[in-house]
Amino acid sequence: MTAVAELEAAPSLSTQARWATIDTLTITRRNLIVWYRVPAYIFFSVVQPVIFVLLFRYVFGGAIPVNVPGGYVQYLLPGIIGQTAAFASFGTAIALAQELQKGVIDRLRSMPMARSAVLTGRLVADTVRMLITILIIVAVGYAVGFRFTNGVLPAIWMILLATVFGIAICCIAAFTGLAIGDEESVQSFGLVWLFPLTFVSSAFVPIATMPGWLQAFANNQPVTYVINAMRALALGHLPLQANMLKSIAWLAVIFIVFIPLSVRAYKRAA
Amino acid sequence: MSEPSSAPAILVEGLTKSFGDVRALRGIDLSVPRGTVLGVLGPNGAGKTTAVRILTTLLRPDGGRATVEGFDVVRHDAAVRRVIGLSGQSAAIQEELTGKENLELIGRLYHLSWPEARSRAAELLEQFDLVNAADRQAKTYSGGMQRRLDLAASLVGRPKVLFLDEPTTGLDPRSRLAMWDVIRSLAAGGTTILLTTQYLDEADELADTIVVFDHGLVIAQGTAEDLKGRIGGDVIEFVVPDRTRIEDAAAAIKPIGEGEPHVEIDTGLVSIGVGGRGSDALIEAVRALDGAETVTHGLALRRPSLDDVFLALTGHAAEEDGQPGGKRRGRRGRQAPAADSKGRTS
Repeated sequence: MTAVAELEAAPSLSTQARWATIDTLTITRRNLIVWYRVPAYIFFSVVQPVIFVLLFRYVFGGAIPVNVPGGYVQYLLPGIIGQTAAFASFGTAIALAQELQKGVIDRLRSMPMARSAVLTGRLVADTVRMLITILIIVAVGYAVGFRFTNGVLPAIWMILLATVFGIAICCIAAFTGLAIGDEESVQSFGLVWLFPLTFVSSAFVPIATMPGWLQAFANNQPVTYVINAMRALALGHLPLQANMLKSIAWLAVIFIVFIPLSVRAYKRAA
Repeated sequence: MSEPSSAPAILVEGLTKSFGDVRALRGIDLSVPRGTVLGVLGPNGAGKTTAVRILTTLLRPDGGRATVEGFDVVRHDAAVRRVIGLSGQSAAIQEELTGKENLELIGRLYHLSWPEARSRAAELLEQFDLVNAADRQAKTYSGGMQRRLDLAASLVGRPKVLFLDEPTTGLDPRSRLAMWDVIRSLAAGGTTILLTTQYLDEADELADTIVVFDHGLVIAQGTAEDLKGRIGGDVIEFVVPDRTRIEDAAAAIKPIGEGEPHVEIDTGLVSIGVGGRGSDALIEAVRALDGAETVTHGLALRRPSLDDVFLALTGHAAEEDGQPGGKRRGRRGRQAPAADSKGRTS
């Protein structure tokens, strides 16, 4: 076989899969190093949610009556964790927009690496980052009086649900980052859709305290289902099954819609 | 099938590409023999970057055919990616990583083992004079160093064909000369290079053959000498410091030259082709300008530059911006031929 024929021949599927995995891990490693080295990223992903915990626990919390044993701190923590998972997506969108703008994606796409690794490596790194943040918040939560009251396994399920939810939001963000392709616009756009979605939900206040027209939205949007399910897993004695099923349905829809959209935006971005 | 070794490294036939209504490429033909440097010269929006993006498999052409090292850029894109290197207009490096980490990362993505990736990175840092900065984050590098690192990154996979898209745009003159040296040594090492540039002197310095792009077409092709020969002979030029007198000076000089004098209002620079009449024309020019009572600076006779060629070919200066049908590059903010892209550099 000549050298040319060798180059033309596509490698076997298992070889391709192996390289795609290795490339994904290489990109993941790079992304985590970058995250670790930029103080602003650490601040927004870790310090900001901790400030939110303290703010709601000690400043606003006293004014918010809730109907769960243990008081507001018990109500709050699953909500904050859900919001933190959703906000992790800012990092996804901004990083992809930056890479696009700077030509990093062009460079990588002109190389003989797995093209998918830019996206998968981004998502894996962001998932790791998200998990670290969630664990820090749980620790801070324990310091300010929060306790899991439904056992260890459901607590783990809660963290898992939050993580999958975060990944789903990251998929939406990856699409917006690649489609908009400009760092500042991506950031502003993220605020526009993520703030209402997370604050107009059951994350911080009982929905019954909102005006009727707002309740209609808050009661029927995915963040509420996910956070209700998380709260039920963390605390027990709350309706779990319906919330869990609706969460899974919503997450499935998000993945089915936004994974292909992100892949398409990535292909077009070149 | 093995291609005969005499086959060109890059072959392009009738390549077309449109973005909506904008026809970026309107039928480009190119042939670049192995081991040579092709300079693609043209203003912003001429289609240079689009051509590079198609040849590096980042973009699919609408029509026509292109091969790199015998591989079709559409059907055998994966094979093309194994033999090329690309360095674009901005430094596509990760600023938070050190120079060394950047190169090692690229090495890993070329599927080198860790020890191989490390030794390749060390080699390139040495070659590009970045050893002392190897362990510093790339964001602390100067613009010239970032570009060198970016070029080094494009060489990690030992490409046979290297695409350099405006490698010196935005660099200060010193970094630019350093970049030229690097490119010359790569060419001397036998790498086929396709280089796009808006700088006429750059193509003149580096390229074996030059093609001139304008509005998505190749409007001229040849060596720098061939192209200079097209405007036939020498040029007289001078600067008129008093702007109100520029037109008078141009009118006075017109009968001496061949064709219309070219006037740059911004700089007060007037030039005119004088064919082979060289020094006779120079004396006549002095008399004519004296007769018109025009004060001039730096009156001189010179060999034609590629600026003159571009002007003669297209009727507009090479660095003129804002062409109709200009490239849609704004979205990703890749524009910015920086402040030093001021026309004449000769």
